[in-house]
Amino acid sequence: MAEKFGTFSWSDPFFLTDQLSEDERLVQETAQSYCQEKLMPRVLHANRNEHFDRDIMNEMGELGFLGSTIKDHGCAGLNYVCYGLVAREVERVDSGYRSAMSVQSSLVMHPINTFGSEAQKEKYLPKLATGEWVGCFGLTEPDHGSDPGSMKTRAKTVDGGYLINGAKMWITNAPIADVFIIWAKDDSDVIRGFILEKGMKGLSAPKIEGKFSLRASITGEIVMEDVFVPEENRLPDARGLGGPFSCLNRARYGIAWGALGSAEFCWHAAREYTLNRQQFGRPLAANQLIQKKLADMQTDITLGLQSCLRVGRLMDEGRFAPEMVSMIKRNSCGKAIDIARIARDMHGGNGISDEFHVIRHMMNLEAVNTYEGTHDVHALILGRAQTGLQAFSGN
Amino acid sequence: MKILVAVKRVLDYNVKARVKADKSGVDLSNVKMSMNPFDEIAVEEALRIKEAGKADEVVVVSIGVSQCQETIRTALAMGADRGILVETDQEIEPLAVAKILKAVAEKESPQLAILGKQAIDDDSNVTGQMLAALMDCAQATFASKVEVGDGKVDVTREIDGGLQTLSLSLPAVITTDLRLNEPRYAKLPNIMKAKKKPLDVIPVADLGVDIAPRLKTLKVEEPPERSAGVMVESVAELVDKLKNEAKVI
Repeated sequence: MAEKFGTFSWSDPFFLTDQLSEDERLVQETAQSYCQEKLMPRVLHANRNEHFDRDIMNEMGELGFLGSTIKDHGCAGLNYVCYGLVAREVERVDSGYRSAMSVQSSLVMHPINTFGSEAQKEKYLPKLATGEWVGCFGLTEPDHGSDPGSMKTRAKTVDGGYLINGAKMWITNAPIADVFIIWAKDDSDVIRGFILEKGMKGLSAPKIEGKFSLRASITGEIVMEDVFVPEENRLPDARGLGGPFSCLNRARYGIAWGALGSAEFCWHAAREYTLNRQQFGRPLAANQLIQKKLADMQTDITLGLQSCLRVGRLMDEGRFAPEMVSMIKRNSCGKAIDIARIARDMHGGNGISDEFHVIRHMMNLEAVNTYEGTHDVHALILGRAQTGLQAFSGN
Repeated sequence: MKILVAVKRVLDYNVKARVKADKSGVDLSNVKMSMNPFDEIAVEEALRIKEAGKADEVVVVSIGVSQCQETIRTALAMGADRGILVETDQEIEPLAVAKILKAVAEKESPQLAILGKQAIDDDSNVTGQMLAALMDCAQATFASKVEVGDGKVDVTREIDGGLQTLSLSLPAVITTDLRLNEPRYAKLPNIMKAKKKPLDVIPVADLGVDIAPRLKTLKVEEPPERSAGVMVESVAELVDKLKNEAKVI
């Protein structure tokens, strides 16, 4: 008797959609519709002119994309699988838009919700959830990227609060931020988190010009010169690097999904382009070289998405470890940037034009592969976890 | 006032339809299904009428397999109050749909039933009309504007020559055209809330409606591929071709 096979769906080989619950699918559909109908038409010029449309934050807030995993304070209370699905749909359009959303959700609202006082939650979360306020996260410094523990920013104890001095670099949303989560060392050299607000004396956030990546999102420095921060603006429950790392675990998880959304766009575009483009009397896609590349893209993306879904489920069950997130962040970003570069190549000369979008994704992924732990640094985390030997420093 | 909205689960409009190998129909295995776009417009209109304070309940009905609950859930996430699935594995033809909707309407007594003008799978464009006839009530199809008044509803409809405005007494059946409104997105918090809204599943047999098919599908085929166009040198040549080759002028 002949074996009976199921159908094969080239774009979803393992039926990822089947593995989602009804509400997870609805969340994905809302995200997909909004992103394709409202974000996609804007991204070409936003990227070309290095323009971040501030309204996008309000639109995302209106739909519940901001701080979506938080249970109260006007947030949706979704699980982490939903959060990942939204990141994937947003980044299918642009990594810059996903960055703006990730920062607000995981790096600003998450620490306030996890380490903040009730008063801080009530004051900040509802306005950050609607997008009325934009937040940013200051950890990286000009001389301290992969090694945030050596940060120079200081919070000196003074009467009624702290005086903060220092500079932060490569900060998404900083120039338009109303709320700044700042990590600084206190008098005992312990890293603490502080909530700064736009307009505080001595606080400025100049825009970084000339980026070749994430041009549709705004990036700046944060400069703090004797900024007085009252005691009530310190995050009471954050102490040490665990504070910022808790935020980064969540953001990195979203990046793992998002980068694959970007890769999916490039893969689909390359497939479509090589099917339509005729050279030597036949479609480019009829060539073995092209089909091999498409097969590699399909395989990497399909396997990558399964791993993201698995880690999402483990997060929702409260069983995830940061190393799992390192693995999927590293894998997704590394695979996505390779896919984007190959897709750019498969587009031939047209691949150079922003009208075809793949070069934008390719350039975006340079930043995505770098920020929140580079490909190499995540390898060191995984290396330490399996050898017991840390390779970060010579000590 | 209660509004009844009918929603159909169809092949998603972005999906390229494939004909089954045996030509018996369109292949629906493992393809994305979603709410018929005209029905989304119907849901949106009902919600706007409710939000304007002119209705107090929006009930959404779907007919079909158990997965249609997801389509109803989408409408609930948009803001509808309650859902009813008339469950059946059989293919239901428009007349049977109209009869089922009539049976539901008899239980629910809505003042207004809003339907999409057609579903994008078979494009029949008959269900609303049949429902109005069976209910013996007023109908306005292809609505581009709906204004609910006291015991009546004014409907502007798109017709070949322009716009026509009808004033209907309630109860009435309205079918929606594309330009009536732009449906909202289901917000994430509302998707979570929709899980708690009531959704009744009724086996089709419980309604005692004759759903026996009246139509027989002989075969389903892909539309013929479009052949390449030709470039003409002059207007005279174009006119000549239109007149003698295409015979359209």
